[in-house]
Amino acid sequence: MSAQANGEVVIETRGLAKRFGERQALKGVSFEAHRGELLAIIGPNGAGKTTLLSILAGIREPDGGSVSRPPGEIGWVPQQAALYRRLTVAENLRLFARLEGLSNADAAVEEMLEQTALGERRDDQVGTLSGGNQQRINIALGLLSRPAVLLLDEPSAGLDPRQRERLWEFVLALAGGGTTVIFSTHNIAEAERYGQRLLVLADGDALFDGTSGDLHAAAPEAGGRDFEQAFVAFLRDRGH
Amino acid sequence: MRWLFLKDLQILRRSPLVTVLLVLYPVAIAVLIGFALSRGPEKPRVAFLNEVPAGAPLVLGGAQFDLTGAKSELCSRLDCVPVSSEAQARQMVESGDALAALILPPDLVTRLESLGGLNPTQPTVRVLVNEEDPVKAGLVNDRIDSLVTQANLRISKEVSRISASYLTLLTRGGTFNLLGQTLDILGLRSSERILRGVRSELPADSSMGGALDKVIQFARLASQNLDQAQPLLTSIAHPIEVQKEVVSGSPPSLDAFAIAVAATVTLMFVTVLLVAGSLALEWEENAYPRLVRGLVGRTALLAEKVGLGVALSLAVTLLMLAGLSLFVDIHWGRLPAIVAAVLAGGAAFAAFGAAIGASAREVRASSLLAFMISLPIAFVSLVESGTVSPGLFDVIKVIRAVFPFDAALDAISGGLDASGPALGLPLLHLAILVVAYGLVARLALRRLA
Repeated sequence: MSAQANGEVVIETRGLAKRFGERQALKGVSFEAHRGELLAIIGPNGAGKTTLLSILAGIREPDGGSVSRPPGEIGWVPQQAALYRRLTVAENLRLFARLEGLSNADAAVEEMLEQTALGERRDDQVGTLSGGNQQRINIALGLLSRPAVLLLDEPSAGLDPRQRERLWEFVLALAGGGTTVIFSTHNIAEAERYGQRLLVLADGDALFDGTSGDLHAAAPEAGGRDFEQAFVAFLRDRGH
Repeated sequence: MRWLFLKDLQILRRSPLVTVLLVLYPVAIAVLIGFALSRGPEKPRVAFLNEVPAGAPLVLGGAQFDLTGAKSELCSRLDCVPVSSEAQARQMVESGDALAALILPPDLVTRLESLGGLNPTQPTVRVLVNEEDPVKAGLVNDRIDSLVTQANLRISKEVSRISASYLTLLTRGGTFNLLGQTLDILGLRSSERILRGVRSELPADSSMGGALDKVIQFARLASQNLDQAQPLLTSIAHPIEVQKEVVSGSPPSLDAFAIAVAATVTLMFVTVLLVAGSLALEWEENAYPRLVRGLVGRTALLAEKVGLGVALSLAVTLLMLAGLSLFVDIHWGRLPAIVAAVLAGGAAFAAFGAAIGASAREVRASSLLAFMISLPIAFVSLVESGTVSPGLFDVIKVIRAVFPFDAALDAISGGLDASGPALGLPLLHLAILVVAYGLVARLALRRLA
């Protein structure tokens, strides 16, 4: 397991552990992420991806280990859109901007509407928007406080290919602007394509931290097969 | 917290069904209660056959009875349907058009008048009944029994008054009309006085002296004892006098209590459902984790929901009371007490709703739970002592103490009517429940961490 240190470390964990009853969801997970990096967290169902992100976001407290967060906000985008469906796009943004305590909530709303290209839908109730557009608003809420780190939990789940493409264009632009983006996904191809680095979790263990090429190399029996097959072979070799 | 409050109001505004229910429900309750209070209980429909000759006066002891007024009084308590014959009355009862028929026979007045004479004959009225509907039959029997008892009482009083006047005439003397002739009655006292005069004129050794002394003594004793007969006759006319003493509770008027029940039921449903649903909605919209991630504290979120419930329940309850004031008199001079009661009751119901919403975390489940808990508690809280076994009533008292309905009902009763329960204790009880249910809700929220 190796971390690629490209630039300034903005978030770092050491030995994170979390237990839910009898189940050990995280078993001493350590990693770090750098400014402007796109870090993909992948793994089978129940691997601990959402638990890890919710601890990074400060929603859950770990039972053990530590998290070193950057000064200021960490943007958090839950898997399911955390939006009020009966409020309009602008009202949702304005509400959370005010709750964030932003000095100029209206300016922040306008900025997010521009960034999400949803200015024309500003007065539409969120419940009337497509899943993709709702997810863009969901991400925009996570960006309101201009966080140094943005956490995305399964951001493309339920989106059609076109919506996914537009979503990733948006996320890449954020990373290009210096925002560290940590996202979890079930879509291995998406992780390979957009994740500059991959963190593989299985049953609460961090099994791998490196690039997609490193992961391919770590599963030599996969041969020249595609990345998803290499990933499955990697997990199988390690008993998962 | 202010922004969350405004957000909830916006969501309510955009939820027309909920908002309409919030407005329509209290208005509907107000109208129903208002009609019930202003119309009173439904009067049983009774066929009324009056065979007494028209214009026949009822004279008892020289005083004339108001028969027209008596009939009006009777028909104010029964839905009288005039009929012209016994056959028609019988047909109405048999067909179910009337629950009963009341027949006043032609000789009713004559027989009534005979009660004040020397040859009394008992008057009778006839009642034909239809007992197909046991509830209504019971009602009509009770009404007719009550009316006949009242009529008997009034006649009995009149007969006693006439008897007393005869006794007075016998004792003190006076004039008496018999068959158009006016007779002078000497009376026992005058008789005694005359006899004493005669006795004083007799020689001391007269053989008539002893016999005359006996007659004088009889006249004196009879006069003295018959003087006591008048209060005795009065006591016969009212053999039992009821002296009621209130040893516990100072009940408000029935109207005020009915209004308080309506207001408390409205307050309970509106507040509990609204707060439970509103809090559960934060989970359904997946907003809760985002909110409590440093944007809003869990306690502040609960306070906001309770505040929302209190504000809206106050508005809705006052709206309902305003609607009711179209039908019944509401003492708006007691508005501060009413507002205090509604605020305290609303806060307790809101905290209760928050505990439900935080536990259920789903709008439908929390609404169902709120309804399933609230409705039986409202019924149980209206059970009176003495109507169930003591053991069961002890259980009911615990339920009343644990849930806000009973305390809110007491507070609103006291707020509406000065003769109702004192406000202090119910307000304290509600304050304790606010804290208790607030803690339950806070613990339920903590469960997510």
